[in-house]
Amino acid sequence: MTTGARRTPGQALGRVGFYLGVALFTVFAALPFYVMLITAFKRNNELFDPTTNPFWFSQPPTLEHLQLLFGDTLFLRWLLNSFMVGGLVVVITLLLAVPAAYSLARLAGSWGEALGIGIFLTYLVPPTLLFLPFAKVVAALGLQNTLWALVVVYPTFTVPFCTWLLMGFFKGIPRDIEEQAMVDGYNRFNAFRRAVLPLAVPGILTVVVFAFTLSTSEFVYALTFVQSSAQKTVSIGVPTELVRGDVFRWGPLLAGALLASIPVAVLYTLVIDQFVAGLTAVAGE
Amino acid sequence: MATLQVRDLHTHFVGTGSRRAARAVHAVDGVDLDVHDGEFLVLLGASGSGKTTLMRTVAGLEKLTSGEVLIGGQVVNGLPPNARNIAMVFQSYALYPHKSVYKNISFPLEAIRLDRNATKEKVEWAAQLFDIGHLLQRKPRMLSGGERQRVALARALVREPNLFLLDEPLSNLDAKLRHTARHELKKLHHRIGITTIYVTHDQVEAMGLGERVAVMNHGKIEQIGTPSDIYREPANTFVAKFMGSPAMNLVKRGDELLGFHPENFLPVGQFEPHAGAARFSFDVSGVEDLGSDILLYGSLPEAAGEEVIAKLPARLAGSIEVGREHDFFVQPALVKRFDPSSGKRLDAVAS
Amino acid sequence: MSRPALSTRSGRGQPDAQRDDTLLAIGMLAPAVLFIVLLVGLPFGLAIYYSLHDVTTGGTTPRWVGLGNFASLLGDNTFQTSLRNSFVFTFSTLIAVLVLATIQAELLMREFRGKWLVRFLILLPWTAPVALGLIGWLWMFDSVFSPIDWLLRQVGLLGSPGAPLGALPNLYWLGDKTLAMVSVVLVNVWRLLPLATVIVLAGLNSIPRDVIEQSRIDRAGYLRRLFDITLPMLSPILLIAILFTFVFTFGDMISIFILTRGGPANTTQVLPSMAFFTGILGGNLGRGAAVALFMLPALAGMSALLLRLVRRSEVTT
Repeated sequence: MTTGARRTPGQALGRVGFYLGVALFTVFAALPFYVMLITAFKRNNELFDPTTNPFWFSQPPTLEHLQLLFGDTLFLRWLLNSFMVGGLVVVITLLLAVPAAYSLARLAGSWGEALGIGIFLTYLVPPTLLFLPFAKVVAALGLQNTLWALVVVYPTFTVPFCTWLLMGFFKGIPRDIEEQAMVDGYNRFNAFRRAVLPLAVPGILTVVVFAFTLSTSEFVYALTFVQSSAQKTVSIGVPTELVRGDVFRWGPLLAGALLASIPVAVLYTLVIDQFVAGLTAVAGE
Repeated sequence: MATLQVRDLHTHFVGTGSRRAARAVHAVDGVDLDVHDGEFLVLLGASGSGKTTLMRTVAGLEKLTSGEVLIGGQVVNGLPPNARNIAMVFQSYALYPHKSVYKNISFPLEAIRLDRNATKEKVEWAAQLFDIGHLLQRKPRMLSGGERQRVALARALVREPNLFLLDEPLSNLDAKLRHTARHELKKLHHRIGITTIYVTHDQVEAMGLGERVAVMNHGKIEQIGTPSDIYREPANTFVAKFMGSPAMNLVKRGDELLGFHPENFLPVGQFEPHAGAARFSFDVSGVEDLGSDILLYGSLPEAAGEEVIAKLPARLAGSIEVGREHDFFVQPALVKRFDPSSGKRLDAVAS
Repeated sequence: MSRPALSTRSGRGQPDAQRDDTLLAIGMLAPAVLFIVLLVGLPFGLAIYYSLHDVTTGGTTPRWVGLGNFASLLGDNTFQTSLRNSFVFTFSTLIAVLVLATIQAELLMREFRGKWLVRFLILLPWTAPVALGLIGWLWMFDSVFSPIDWLLRQVGLLGSPGAPLGALPNLYWLGDKTLAMVSVVLVNVWRLLPLATVIVLAGLNSIPRDVIEQSRIDRAGYLRRLFDITLPMLSPILLIAILFTFVFTFGDMISIFILTRGGPANTTQVLPSMAFFTGILGGNLGRGAAVALFMLPALAGMSALLLRLVRRSEVTT
């Protein structure tokens, strides 16, 4: 930033333009969430009056929507469901992805590279392609309308994604460390376990967060497999259950949407840089 | 301790990259080696000469394509590194960043499930050997380069291995530290006496440390012998041109190449040529004052103007005029003859 | 136990470290690969199987119809609309996202106070769960309570006789055929923009500074720098951003499901949403699978094309 004594009009205009641009983009991105925030605390008579200012309060804010959300709906149950599913999916993902990523990064040589990209590409297969046969498979396994269906199906996209992400992490650990451990008396697997794995902890944490946020945000499979209200995750529960026919309970609906969004958003923001770093690496090949 | 034998070793790498045609790189291209028990052998060569690949193949970190590696008389071809009872120090030292110095050193002992007390004894012995006892609780990131190197060495020796492999361990140190570190290594070897293979591209290190030096080029050993042999009696023009700073002069005369070191290229006025000495007219075009010596750059008009260098003691600095021709000579015993097409030494000395 | 003898494996024949390594590699890789092959490959095969049969969720035995499902779809109005919409929506989103992401990334290159907060907010559309963010837009687009309409009314663009956008108090963002399509594209852009921005930003940051400085020394103007240096060096990254934007938009049914349910009168249907309504809600698995499979050529084709372009355009420094 220039701190010169005098700025040219061009520079001053440039700065104004810069801040204006930033402001516009920020407003564009955050406006729906802001409105959700306000509306979550708006009294119903004000909320349902189209002449009042939707961006601020005319009457004092109220907690009634939150009370309804937590007291009169299954919101807490849905949060719990999402949490449990997320937790189990994280465990399954780690069990499958960590060894696979190491194998691809270190042991598979030149075809490891190609296989890694292939695995990553399965992440790009949209759920809308597979959800129909999945519905049948899930029914055949007797898992329809349970959260277990989600626990089984979600790793199909978390594992490819996380394997590829972890590949990058393992590649970043110098080969010297494993080779030193092997020379020091450990076989390949133990060298991995005792010398490499501790160094991959940041990567593993990233994978944990990704697997969790990806599961919690998932919509299509959850919508397809789970019908009963008490079994829903928050991602489908809020959009489908807080609507009675054509009547939207806007207050609790927006409150619930916002409340469930923010923690996931915070978590995802923490790890998104790793994701992008991985993508730049793909681009560099 | 053990002997090391390498018999007709080949380590080839298949060309990588999907777009480049698969080309095998013959990193080690037929190497025979016989290292005695307790010997300190230096593998000397430029990068790409195969010295590191050779060492890694001996360690079991690279798969050999053909040939045999024997440690202590036993063929170790299919054995993984952890079964060969070797120790290795990488150029980067490869200290485990998440472990303390103590834990770094004890790591190899944990692999053989040594009990706690015996481990402690050995770690402290190794630490005392390298004077790092006061650093045992620190983590690697808190150590200087020299300290890290000593931790790596301590870790390598704590298990009393058969073979000790060092991959350019001094190249990460400051130039000043290298002298002392080299000296310490030499003392250490005298004390412990483990068969050691030392890889380096620095010929000064090689000359200073090695009992024998193997000069490598394109995956083959060009010559193996004592530092004195390698320097004074190079087996071919590659070795002649590789050793020495500045390297040996090579001049065509007749259908031979004559080789002579710059320090043996002396002015007739100041020194006495013996019978049969090779004489040259030396047209001096430049001089460099290096403090302890001076270098004279010039050409030999009688030998098609080939460029040569002479190295004289500093005290003679004023005696040679630049821009003039002078009479120079090389004593007969110090002239080496090479075949111009094959580069091989013609007047071979029994090695 | 000092100086252990060289260990050899007994009863295993010649020890072979290389073979052991290979076995380990396979062993560590197998669970994940098996899982993916089984749980992605199998359903994929099933999808193809369904598309070639007349099969419903009612449990009646599937009846072979060959390409009958596909043929009947090609003549179906809703399908044609869905197909067209899929491409129109996706490409419109793509172009808008690319342009805006580049601008936004350039803005985010600079340091300023509170940048971390701005970054968090700008990322929200992508980092928040899709469906939940869309609920917010449902409210923004509501036919009675829309805050956007309120704003437009306040500045006189709407709601009074002679107003440029009409005399009615509300724009039917989701009810009017044209507006609904605009709304869908708008929301897709909103959602994908953060992802594209951080990708482009990473690309911009990866251009070595000395290359930029050299171009400045060589007196290259802004546009010349942009086209001669920045864009070529950025192209692999841009292609990745395009790939992701395309795949996530083309295959997405969530925005349609939440905002318009494909309406009004099926004008905003896209292939994935139509597949959902036909297959799951309508129970016609064969037909639904056929619709979904129409996505495959476009997705596979685009991915292959873009990845090939990435390989060809990689710039080595």
